[in-house]
Amino acid sequence: MTLDELHAKRGLQFAIALLCGVAFGFLLQKGGVTDYDVIIGQLLLKDFTVVKVMLSAVITGSLGIYALKSAGLVKLHPKPGSLGSSAVGGLIFGVGFATLGYCPGTVSGAVGTGSLDALLGGVAGILIGSGLYASIYPGLKNGILQKGDFGAKTIPEILNVNPWLVVIPGCLILAAVLLLLENAGL
Amino acid sequence: MNWLEAGRWSPYLVGAGIGVLSWVTFLLSNKAIGCSTAFARTSGMIEKLFRGDKVKEKPYYMEFVPEIDWEWILVLGVFAGAFISSILSGSFRISIEHSLWTAYFGDTPILRLLVALAGGIVMGFGSRWAGGCTSGHGISGTLQWTLSSWIAAICFFAGGIVTALLIFEVFAGGAS
Repeated sequence: MTLDELHAKRGLQFAIALLCGVAFGFLLQKGGVTDYDVIIGQLLLKDFTVVKVMLSAVITGSLGIYALKSAGLVKLHPKPGSLGSSAVGGLIFGVGFATLGYCPGTVSGAVGTGSLDALLGGVAGILIGSGLYASIYPGLKNGILQKGDFGAKTIPEILNVNPWLVVIPGCLILAAVLLLLENAGL
Repeated sequence: MNWLEAGRWSPYLVGAGIGVLSWVTFLLSNKAIGCSTAFARTSGMIEKLFRGDKVKEKPYYMEFVPEIDWEWILVLGVFAGAFISSILSGSFRISIEHSLWTAYFGDTPILRLLVALAGGIVMGFGSRWAGGCTSGHGISGTLQWTLSSWIAAICFFAGGIVTALLIFEVFAGGAS
């Protein structure tokens, strides 16, 4: 079976999604990031667990994904964006992130660990917020979301350079940030 | 199997594990890990219960069809995985209490629920506006070095840090 054939098998894909989700949730809980105190501790700049998990994931993921891409085994999936969408939406997200104390992935994990504020507040709120957005979307679509559009592009594509010229220095910078955090005792 | 029962693993090990998991999803499923779109689809599915097929005519739901897809199953798995992990480590507990919240706001579960609901609404709205969340942009997008994802991820934390400082240090006036 080729990878393309595997990708087209719906039942098998749902089984892979479930297994990957279980692994993801397991890792998030073991990392402590399904815990409200850990996430708020990060946003108050007192506990750097969230940043450590994310940057380690980005370094490992980045090296592997670009190696697999160089071998022709995977396709990239860059999301489109613009200043009006990514920056404005990102800041709105951040306000909610700090108020709730979970993000959409960790809220699902937090419900699994028994946190009722994640279920009754978080999940319910995200569903309401998503529905509100769907209602006002037609008014935003051709307005603010188009402002400062930079398309579905990766930084190497925008710079028009060999991706490794961004991936290697980028991962080194992220690793340096992690080292600095450790050295600072954070 | 003591390591499965451990309360916490090194954040670097967990991060590396999530990175390897992203190789698996790209390779086996041609998908990037993400979580917030599943909530948008669910919101559409719930609206459909009340308004029927009219929901499908909303432009947003024409782009993001309200149905169970790969990512929806992934999010279900996240719930199950965290449940299994917390049971194994003995940290599963049905509760609203968090020590940080209590230190600043006291034993106020109803206030915590209302604040969480408000935060969820704003975050759900913002995740759709930005086209992704801390998983889809913050991990999957940044590891591909996508420009939109780096900008979104930096703004998630910029907005989050300012808001957290306002809530806990200004509004609550620091820990009592």
